[in-house]
Amino acid sequence: MITIQWLYTLAGLMFAGFALLSALDRSNRRRFGNAAFWGLMALSLLGGDRLGDFGNGLLVLGLAGLAGFGFIGRSDPPTTSGEERRAFSDRLGNKLFLPALIIPATALFGTLLYNYTPLSDSGLFEPKRETYILLGLGVLLALAVIFAWLKPPALAPLQEGRRLIDAIGWAAVLPQMLAALGVLFAAAGVGTVIGDMTQSVIPKGNVFAAVAVFGLGMALFTMIMGNAFAAFPVMAAAIGVPLLMRGYGGDPAVIGAIGMLAGFCGTLMTPMAANFNIVPAALLELKDRNGVIKAQIGTALPLLAANILLIWWFAF
Amino acid sequence: MTNYFVLAGIAIVVAGFALRLNPMLVVTVAAIATGLIAGMDIAEVIATFGKAFNDNRIIAIVWIVLPVIGLLERFGLQQRAGAVITGMRNATTGKLLLLYLAYRQVTAAVGLHSTAGHPQTVRPLVAPMALAAAEKQHGPLDERTADKVKSYSAATDNVGLFFGEDIFFAIGSIVLIQQTLATYGYNLAPLELALWAIPTAIIAFFVHGSRLLLLDRRLGRPRR
Repeated sequence: MITIQWLYTLAGLMFAGFALLSALDRSNRRRFGNAAFWGLMALSLLGGDRLGDFGNGLLVLGLAGLAGFGFIGRSDPPTTSGEERRAFSDRLGNKLFLPALIIPATALFGTLLYNYTPLSDSGLFEPKRETYILLGLGVLLALAVIFAWLKPPALAPLQEGRRLIDAIGWAAVLPQMLAALGVLFAAAGVGTVIGDMTQSVIPKGNVFAAVAVFGLGMALFTMIMGNAFAAFPVMAAAIGVPLLMRGYGGDPAVIGAIGMLAGFCGTLMTPMAANFNIVPAALLELKDRNGVIKAQIGTALPLLAANILLIWWFAF
Repeated sequence: MTNYFVLAGIAIVVAGFALRLNPMLVVTVAAIATGLIAGMDIAEVIATFGKAFNDNRIIAIVWIVLPVIGLLERFGLQQRAGAVITGMRNATTGKLLLLYLAYRQVTAAVGLHSTAGHPQTVRPLVAPMALAAAEKQHGPLDERTADKVKSYSAATDNVGLFFGEDIFFAIGSIVLIQQTLATYGYNLAPLELALWAIPTAIIAFFVHGSRLLLLDRRLGRPRR
């Protein structure tokens, strides 16, 4: 059976490649910081199950320390110039989008094919993980097609991947950290506490009021923290799980998916989400640094209301 | 007896983010504080945090698409996206931005969210094209009006991205939802979550799209 561990191994080897190439990159002043950071990610993916819980804890502290105290930097791996890229773009045309489409197509059609034919009885893939495993297969297929078609240098996928991951930096690991924080919140009983508090405020048995508080809470927490990813574990622990799912039996997929999107409405309205709202105002040389936010409020508020209604209709 | 102090973790996250401290450190401190307050000893907290991180490794696998995207960029993917957007020449500002909104939502929904963005497409292409369309129709713009057109260009990029990307299942937010809910014993399939992002995506297109068409009318109105 192909398990999710195969995919962790594939991703782990990729991060190991990033780490190795980082260590050899003399152009980056912080090359050993980058190498250590991506090396720890590789170790986690390749050997996390053998490190023990405390070992994994030290690994996370290492990642946080490297990121938090400025040990990682941007790199500048070898790639093509703007001029070469324009020439390729003109020559190759819109066919250039196709290899990227192989990834979602493999995952989507593969999942449907696997689940709705007798294939699912074969036990080829670990249950519930088939889409992710097929994602990995899609990536390998896309790489094979690109190599057959454009014949890049052998190390190019790792160098280009490193260019992108270094541009993202520690933010690439933040969602995983936030999910782990959510687990600690759950273990410490944060959900129970907030659940008790809100249940005294929300009229008993009023599903709509509970949904509205959940949606508004997602948007508000996102506005305060600038990040819907951070708001989600908190609001799930507070209202989503204890009240909406367990209390009123709402559909967890609807509450989770649309709840996150209610958070995104908050992202549109906060200067804390600097990358999306403040940086573009600067890039476009706007007089008013909140100009982008002002243009977004008229979309965000009706959409937030729509999300609350959607949860109410579809989850119950 | 309810221990209200466990909420300190939330307060630390809020304060840490507001003070612009490094989020990786803020999250780590919040996690350790929450565990200690809940009565764990330090070794137990570190082990719990480590186990949780290890259990959530699936979130990291969304990055395996980067070598493919990076390789395609090497062969001009960004420039190609630019050419497609430049091809959206249209009579009015609103209709141009509406087309860009659709492009952004559709490409984000198939995992191509990195082909566009504020530095890649809005600043060099979308905003100048939207301004040119407005000037062609209404003559030279005063600064306030020009800023409005530019703001709407950036806003359209954000709306298209936020309400398109969650339809692609291999994105951080979808895996985060899945893993957070798994903590509570709900095992959801990623495609199931991605499917529920579609209704909001459609509504976002109509809400923001109609505001873009209204923008055309407002630009046409004589200036106060």
